[in-house]
Amino acid sequence: MAKVTVDGVEVEVPNGASVLQACEAAGKEIPRFCYHERLSVAGNCRMCLVEVEKAPKPIASCSYPVADGMKVFTDTPMVRNGRRGVMEFLLINHPLDCPICDQGGECDLQDEAVAYGMDRSRFQEGKRSIKDKYVGPLVKTIMNRCIHCTRCVRFCTEVAGVPELGATSRGETMEIGTYVEKALTTELSGNLIDICPVGALTSRPYAFASRPWELRKTDSVDVLDATGCNIRVDTRAGEVLRIQPRTNDEVNEEWLHDRGRFSFDGLKRRRLDRPWVKRDGKLRPATWAEAFDAIAARMKGLPGERIGAAVGDLVDAEAIVALKDLMAGLGSHNLECRIDGAAVDASRPDFWRFNTTIAGIDEADALLIIGSNPRQEAPVLNARIRRRTLAGTFPVGYIGPRGVNLTYGHDWLGEGPETLRALLDGSHRFSEALGRAERPMLILGRGALARPDGAAVLAAAWQVASRHNMLRPDWHGFNLLHLFGGQVGALELGFVAPPDLAPPGPPQALWLLGADGFDASRIPADTFVVYQGHHGEAAAARADVILPGCAYTEKEGTWVNTEGRVQRGRLAVHPPGEAREDWKIIRAASEVLGARLPYDTLAAVRARLVEVNPVFARPDRLERRGCEDKSGPAGDPGSLSDAPFALPISNYWQADVVSRASETMAECARVLLPAVPERIAAE
Amino acid sequence: MSGAGGYDDARRSGGARIAGGHGRGGQEIGGGWEATHATGNANEVPDQPTSFDFDAESEAALAAIVKRYPPGKQASAVIPALYLVQRQMGRQTGSAWVPRVAMDLVAERLGMPPIRVYEVATFYLMFNTKRIGKVHLQVCGTTPCWLRGSDDVFRACKDAGHLKGYGDTSADGMFTLTEVECLGGCVNAPVLQVDDDYYEDLDYDRTVALLDALRRGERPQPGSAIGRQTSAPVGGALTLIDVPGE
Repeated sequence: MAKVTVDGVEVEVPNGASVLQACEAAGKEIPRFCYHERLSVAGNCRMCLVEVEKAPKPIASCSYPVADGMKVFTDTPMVRNGRRGVMEFLLINHPLDCPICDQGGECDLQDEAVAYGMDRSRFQEGKRSIKDKYVGPLVKTIMNRCIHCTRCVRFCTEVAGVPELGATSRGETMEIGTYVEKALTTELSGNLIDICPVGALTSRPYAFASRPWELRKTDSVDVLDATGCNIRVDTRAGEVLRIQPRTNDEVNEEWLHDRGRFSFDGLKRRRLDRPWVKRDGKLRPATWAEAFDAIAARMKGLPGERIGAAVGDLVDAEAIVALKDLMAGLGSHNLECRIDGAAVDASRPDFWRFNTTIAGIDEADALLIIGSNPRQEAPVLNARIRRRTLAGTFPVGYIGPRGVNLTYGHDWLGEGPETLRALLDGSHRFSEALGRAERPMLILGRGALARPDGAAVLAAAWQVASRHNMLRPDWHGFNLLHLFGGQVGALELGFVAPPDLAPPGPPQALWLLGADGFDASRIPADTFVVYQGHHGEAAAARADVILPGCAYTEKEGTWVNTEGRVQRGRLAVHPPGEAREDWKIIRAASEVLGARLPYDTLAAVRARLVEVNPVFARPDRLERRGCEDKSGPAGDPGSLSDAPFALPISNYWQADVVSRASETMAECARVLLPAVPERIAAE
Repeated sequence: MSGAGGYDDARRSGGARIAGGHGRGGQEIGGGWEATHATGNANEVPDQPTSFDFDAESEAALAAIVKRYPPGKQASAVIPALYLVQRQMGRQTGSAWVPRVAMDLVAERLGMPPIRVYEVATFYLMFNTKRIGKVHLQVCGTTPCWLRGSDDVFRACKDAGHLKGYGDTSADGMFTLTEVECLGGCVNAPVLQVDDDYYEDLDYDRTVALLDALRRGERPQPGSAIGRQTSAPVGGALTLIDVPGE
């Protein structure tokens, strides 16, 4: 540790820390453009100048290491003059078009110019002008505004792992761009907009839409993948205008994946915004009363064992528990939340959670990925794996399609379960790498369980974990990576049929709660189907009654991410038309079905959640657990087939109902799908 | 990169040059950068070939260069590799430049992302990222050469090479004229670099004669045009004339 005095305040910082970090530790704000905590230090903007005792010149604090006994001054005439000079140089070629710039109001350059800028320019010459670059459908560039901090170049290279941006030419002709025009092939491109300290990289869908001070900001949580990124929903006049990440070091740090950030325009399109009832074989608009009448007419009095319910990928825990209680009230045990057919073993949380936790990836020292492409299934989590691979020795073994570009080097072990078998008996070469590791982990993709021998895959993966010392009281290395934000919540609430209770026959009534992926061809023709949700495709078309629900931005909801972390989303906009909060719809239906649910307020529903599973009492807090019970799930590894693993997401941009309704995402799929190298030459 | 001339030009035109697509692009003839360098977008470079492959000579040289670096550090060979490309293009097409496909090939051979090669190739003005003339005339315009008459050399290049100014390529594709910064040959100023060779101690007439010879396909002996040995004083040695003991 080094003792540093900053403006008379003595702080102790680790050796090797920068002067800027010492200043921050002392509570001093240092202006900066190129420096970013999560990127490497470039030291090229020179805005962070401070004075150090006995140093003849001001120093760039971001790239200057501390020394014991150093005396730093952050507010002296030398510092102020130095920063003013830097600001003057930065503004030489900056267009000062703040009135038409989307960054206006949240621009670092604008803010610092208030403190260090002059009210006029001494630069008489012509400003340089740079053509705007096309880098894809999401990021708009106005390159004249660029101050060459190279944050975007470093983000692409270091965090996103797609080194496609660079600084070409030099001096006055230096430009940031891809040199060869192309769309950036990353699922994290939206973060470029956040890290750009000026208005050079802005959001294309948000262009000229609003000013930051006009927006109402609501903290929420992203449910479009199972990472559970923390987000802030910015709205104006009842419309979502943009979604931005919130910092949560344990989950998404400060990143957000593009689907979570940009598919919100799908929340306005193709919505189920009023009840529909099927009459004479055709769905017709109806009132809520008519819809409930139709439900009561067909469902009341049906034997419980002939009623079934399924929940989909994006549903909140409140609605799930309400539906579960309603089904219990009707005497039905036919519940299903694994509509993708994934053979998730619901008997113990260990079997379905990402037990190592996302932050735990940083501590792991070997990784085996089975049947998953985390780059497409959880891009933010994948960025963390990538960072871990860069931090030091971290062998990554991959079982899945050959040549998948994960953005980090990996050892391709095989395509299918035969590799699992080899790992099980320890004969595989990767067994040695796992054996050497102290904290090995494996990630099993949910997609690898959605196949006829899914239960066997799960059991085999568990045994691989057990055999390679991943299951210990002090370390849990078994991880299931889910695909969407509602999948874990349903498992936590036990929305599955008891294993020993098979339904006596096909259901006569089926309640689909956001279960759009439910295979409509499996529903018998005379089954009465209620579809409740905000978007509906195939399954909704099959419904007899459609009840319009709320999307994740439109309700107070609880979601559980793949780690089992309980997080709350908040109401940012009101639902369109006659759509209502999902648990309230179910509460109302329970009344007409004669199985009245005992809760009338959100607080009461949440109390019921805690009653069903105590983890819901502690939102945002996650306890890391070791593995206390090494006994595995029910499947039999002996019945593994030889079919290679297929990846569940082939089109990242349109993987869920919201993004499929989004025009922005449609454009991304059009531009990027042929370009994203799904399979590159094996590493 | 040009020297102070760019700012002077801008001042003369009253700063009304902003409309150009590039810093100095508004002017047809700039400091020389545009003659040999693309802007930030390779798609805008005309005549990009569709393929490039190392010939046997380059291949052998590349293997020798890559061997200099420890395994995993092949990217260190990027600058010599780009020189190989430029020389090979000169041999094969008569225009020594580095097309984009060749940069991609270098990236592939050295196991580095293409953008890292683009950055290097566009950073150094010794690499031409645009097609140039058969002979590349590089006039040093830095102070020592300028004091010793680089303006005359420049004028001679324009007159004898039928060039409009810095950044121009002659209509017959023979010469491209660029202004460069200090070539480190100040003692023999003014210096004109022709492709890889330095021609020193030039004046107007000698430069015209040199260009005429180049046009005829000759390559006169590089070095001092007034016959002095390396950088020895003009007219013979001035010191160490007496040999002690004689």
